[in-house]
Amino acid sequence: MPDPIVVAEGLHKSFGDTQALRGLDLNVPRGTVCGVLGPNGAGKTTAVRILATLSDPDAGHARIAGYDVVREAGKVRERIGLAGQYAAVDDKLTGRGNLRMFGRLSHLSRREAHRRADELLDRFGLTDAADRQVAGYSGGMRRRLDLITCLILRPQVLFLDEPTTGLDPRSRGEIWDSIRELVADGTTVLLTTQYLDEADQLADDIAVVDHGQVIANGTPDELKATIGDRLDVTLEDPAALPAAMTVLNTLAGADPTATDTDRLSVALPGGRRLRLADIVRELDRAGVAAADVSLRRPTLDEVFLRLTDREETVR
Amino acid sequence: MTVLTSPLGRLRWTLTDGLTLVGREVGRLRQEPGQIVAALVFPAVMVVLFGYVFGSAIQVPGGGDYREYLMPGLFAMVTFSSWLGVMTRMAGDASRGVMDRFRSMPMARLAVPFGQTGADLLIGLLMLAIMVGAGLLVGWQPRNGLIPMTQAFLLMVVLRYALSWVGVHVGLAVKNEQVADVLVPLGLPVTMLSNAFVPTGGMPGWLRFLADWNPVSALTAASRELFGNPGAPSGDVAWPLAHPVTAVLLWSAALLAIFVPLSIRAYMRGGR
Ligand SMILES: Nc1ncnc2c1ncn2[C@@H]1O[C@H](COP(=O)(O)OP(=O)(O)OP(=O)(O)O)[C@@H](O)[C@H]1O
Ligand SMILES: [Mg+2]
Repeated sequence: MPDPIVVAEGLHKSFGDTQALRGLDLNVPRGTVCGVLGPNGAGKTTAVRILATLSDPDAGHARIAGYDVVREAGKVRERIGLAGQYAAVDDKLTGRGNLRMFGRLSHLSRREAHRRADELLDRFGLTDAADRQVAGYSGGMRRRLDLITCLILRPQVLFLDEPTTGLDPRSRGEIWDSIRELVADGTTVLLTTQYLDEADQLADDIAVVDHGQVIANGTPDELKATIGDRLDVTLEDPAALPAAMTVLNTLAGADPTATDTDRLSVALPGGRRLRLADIVRELDRAGVAAADVSLRRPTLDEVFLRLTDREETVR
Repeated sequence: MTVLTSPLGRLRWTLTDGLTLVGREVGRLRQEPGQIVAALVFPAVMVVLFGYVFGSAIQVPGGGDYREYLMPGLFAMVTFSSWLGVMTRMAGDASRGVMDRFRSMPMARLAVPFGQTGADLLIGLLMLAIMVGAGLLVGWQPRNGLIPMTQAFLLMVVLRYALSWVGVHVGLAVKNEQVADVLVPLGLPVTMLSNAFVPTGGMPGWLRFLADWNPVSALTAASRELFGNPGAPSGDVAWPLAHPVTAVLLWSAALLAIFVPLSIRAYMRGGR
């Protein structure tokens, strides 16, 4: 992979008896968005905290821009921004007050901290609310403020832990736009999420994490390809169900399931491609009248459920 | 930009970042003027409640005006509110992730505990000033001159600073704003169990022992002595009340010696 800026190798971390990470590996090329997907308790936050120097791994190591997160934590901190799972801003200050304070703590001069605060507020549409207390902000505004607080020093790598959890669709869209804008500037983003469409929309690469390990990774398309397309057929007459079953079985090379008295569905084995025209023709030849035939890519949800489910049965 | 490597550079940034965090508390107060009003009303309520309501029924040992006797106790009470405030703020930052943000930034690490205790000192001076105003209004006066008076206020400041480190430690230990809020009301009984409002002489033996050795009592006794207010202990009294100034200094030194290293260690290790 070209020029990875975030590298994690064999990260282990336990809390008492809980093994939060059991050998997690990650590799994020510079300038890309890596989506870390996983069910609750998979170890996403634990991994992000280690990468952001908040916590030390029990075993394994990680480097950000070539600096070790344990031994060279100071260098790492100069290059990263972290927006944790909960908006970490001071409720009692104004939006502008927060940005100025964090700017000063990032060792900008007073003048520079003020200028940078104004610039960020303006660019991310918070100027109108800038002088109001954060306690009165909506959830979306608060997250946006949290996000831009990470940008004060123009970090090379941004860690976003569930940046849109709990937001309405519109606020989510706004956060997504902000993230896209950052990526256009060349920032590398590692984001964890439970919303698969979020990963689908934003991520160049996805790492699916479960039980503290990466169980699959690749581009959204690659992951979808691993479980093949899905074929759904609705019949005009329920009596034709057995005949349709036989046709689909031969075509797909897998057992269809009847999802209703007049409906069948089958997941094609990975890699198998079918053409809609062929399906209609074969059904026709067997005397089956179809009211609707659809062939679609699996959603990332289906991929995710399949992957994390399989992991469950292995255990 | 950031030079945290040399010891001198680190010290400089610890001070600068600490001052930024003190400025943060000032900013918070400015956003919530209600807090300042509350800070003004609280001492007035205390002075009236204790001075006029309880005062009518309490006999000052050795004679004298009860409100003159009371004010050093109220000063001590305000001083002891320190650890509660710092604890609440530390726990709030920890539970809201603000502490994690500080830790993930290239700022001086020790600035957070030093900034919090520094900010508390500022708040403490403000509250003390308000309290002095309230005291003067009801007829309290320092009667021994300028130097003993200054010494009394210095003792309050020193003990307050030491106590604020207890707050840092407890706040880091509970890490949870709700738990911290539950702990706050415990502050009152601790202050009441002392000579701040009533003489300890009338308490049952075991209670009297606790009250005599309570640092609140030492501070109250020291201020009464230095201000020349009534109620100075006489006869056979517990050691901290017989030597209150020394006792306050010893308490402060002990608290600092224990809680500064403990808190710093807890902060540096936090979440690892
Ligand atoms: N400080 C801690 N103390 C004890 N256990 C912890 C701690 N942090 C995490 N864990 C445990 O480690 C496991 C992984 O937690 P983690 O928070 O990393 O999961 P996550 O993928 O972020 O989950 P979520 O989607 O719920 O945020 C969980 O079983 C959790 O209970
Ligand atoms: Mg999490």
